[in-house]
Amino acid sequence: MTPDQIVFLIVALVTLGAGFMVVTTRNLVHAALWLVATLFGVAITYALLNASFLAVVQVVVYIGAIAILFIFAVMLTRKDMRDQGAQLNKNWWFGALLSISTFAGLFFILQGWSGFSKTATAYPSGFDAISELGNELVSPAGYVLPFEVASVLLVAALVGAVYVAFNPRNGDNHK
Amino acid sequence: MSFWNDPLKVAADWLMGIFTGWGMPELAANILIGFLGVLILISILMVLDIFLVWVERKVVSRFQDRIGPNRVGPFGLIQPFADIIKLLIKEDTTPGGADRVVYNLAPMLSMMSVLILWAVVPIAPTILGVDINIGVLYIVAAGAIGTLSIIMAGWSSNNKFATIGAFRQVAVMISFEIPMLAMMLIPTILAGSMGTSQIIEQQSVWYFFLSPLGALVFLIAAIAELGRAPFDMAEGESELVSGYNIEYSGMKFGMFYAGELLHAFTFGGFWSIMFFGGYRFFGLEQVSPFLAIAILVFKAFLGYWLIMWVRYTLLRIRIDHMLAFNWKFLTPLAFTLIIVTAFMNALLSGTSTWLYISGMFLSNVLIAWIALEIARSYSRKEREKIQGPKPVVEAAHH
Repeated sequence: MTPDQIVFLIVALVTLGAGFMVVTTRNLVHAALWLVATLFGVAITYALLNASFLAVVQVVVYIGAIAILFIFAVMLTRKDMRDQGAQLNKNWWFGALLSISTFAGLFFILQGWSGFSKTATAYPSGFDAISELGNELVSPAGYVLPFEVASVLLVAALVGAVYVAFNPRNGDNHK
Repeated sequence: MSFWNDPLKVAADWLMGIFTGWGMPELAANILIGFLGVLILISILMVLDIFLVWVERKVVSRFQDRIGPNRVGPFGLIQPFADIIKLLIKEDTTPGGADRVVYNLAPMLSMMSVLILWAVVPIAPTILGVDINIGVLYIVAAGAIGTLSIIMAGWSSNNKFATIGAFRQVAVMISFEIPMLAMMLIPTILAGSMGTSQIIEQQSVWYFFLSPLGALVFLIAAIAELGRAPFDMAEGESELVSGYNIEYSGMKFGMFYAGELLHAFTFGGFWSIMFFGGYRFFGLEQVSPFLAIAILVFKAFLGYWLIMWVRYTLLRIRIDHMLAFNWKFLTPLAFTLIIVTAFMNALLSGTSTWLYISGMFLSNVLIAWIALEIARSYSRKEREKIQGPKPVVEAAHH
């Protein structure tokens, strides 16, 4: 095994283990912290794939914003951090069936894929992956439409959040 | 190539010769040398950190018209070492009902989030941890881990004051992250790269002259991100005792404290890298890498001193004012500044250097003036709402 493979296996195991802990631990803040570990493992996987931009954005967005918001929400809405109810409801067999069939489907599709045995070609010298990504995101031949649609969606979410938070009875609510 | 021109490479080659001479495979030797490099850098930083305690205490005493530590050693220089011995032999307490693992993990993460920043700091032209092309984003990602450590500390302490302190501090940090990231995009636009070493290499003119407003907004956002006065929400002593780190004792508290000091120094360094040319100073950095290190450290200390000056001069702002200041003033200003900077950069990039510099500078001054006018009219309106209209007619009677 090459060092890359060893690192990948360790990271993948830690990511999976942390992901398992997210859904099994009883303490909600602990679940959120295990989620942070899972997301960090995904970021390392991106870094192993030479996608440094995605790796760092993963940490900034998911750990820096989303996980922190999760913890905030849990801490502000729950008096008792321990989840007392049953961990499975009566639909558990349907969820298990769905996840197993998804995994099996992906497994069978990817088994025939030739990409597994290939090693990735190295970037040619002077190749700047980030400027390539940036150009692709705004070029009409590339992904400008999805990019703009995502931007409009985010603006709509922002306006919606302001609308929900604004209290018209209070007038301007800075006192 | 001698040791004085490229110390890092010479040392690495020398170690490589030794390790492979022992029959170690080249890959293992490379990993070991990288590990040693990290170890040496962190050791130097931690020793510097001890020294920073002394610097901070001496400077604050000057601002408050005191003498500061002066008993142990010359100028009280040995004082921080005595403090460390005190911290180490203090009782290590854990509050009842604390979440032990999270409680002990938080100070480590806090220190780590500062130390990993130094991976992308170009200390000299040839001395750099990793030259990644996303250095600017990496800084923000490291800050995210710092935010996480604060909320972990606040929650796991099982103390109301700690939790409220953590809430307030994290609210400030995730809000001021936005203008800070936006202002880090200005050197990115001007240099055409997010890598810290390229940003320095492109700075034949300090970006401070191209974007003085950007440098100012970055400094304000960085001070808030550091949680220092006037933004030291977490430490409102009169209301929160000491904030998120109230339950920590001994060296665990020391980790938070040392992390905060090193963070401030590091942001002084980043300020100088982004807007003041980093290790560059009229070609002096080409003479010797050691001179370049001295220049960077000097500039970082200047930035650190400025942060301390602000901290010990201004009073704490109320939290709603602080958040309103960020969301209603600083963030729109930052985004306007990015748009204008990108536009002016594209418009003037083909012209002569002097036109480029003056155009960039004047556009910044114009934006600052407009922003201040808007803020002034807003504050006048607010004041009138409370006090009633200004008595203008009074002058006519006399």
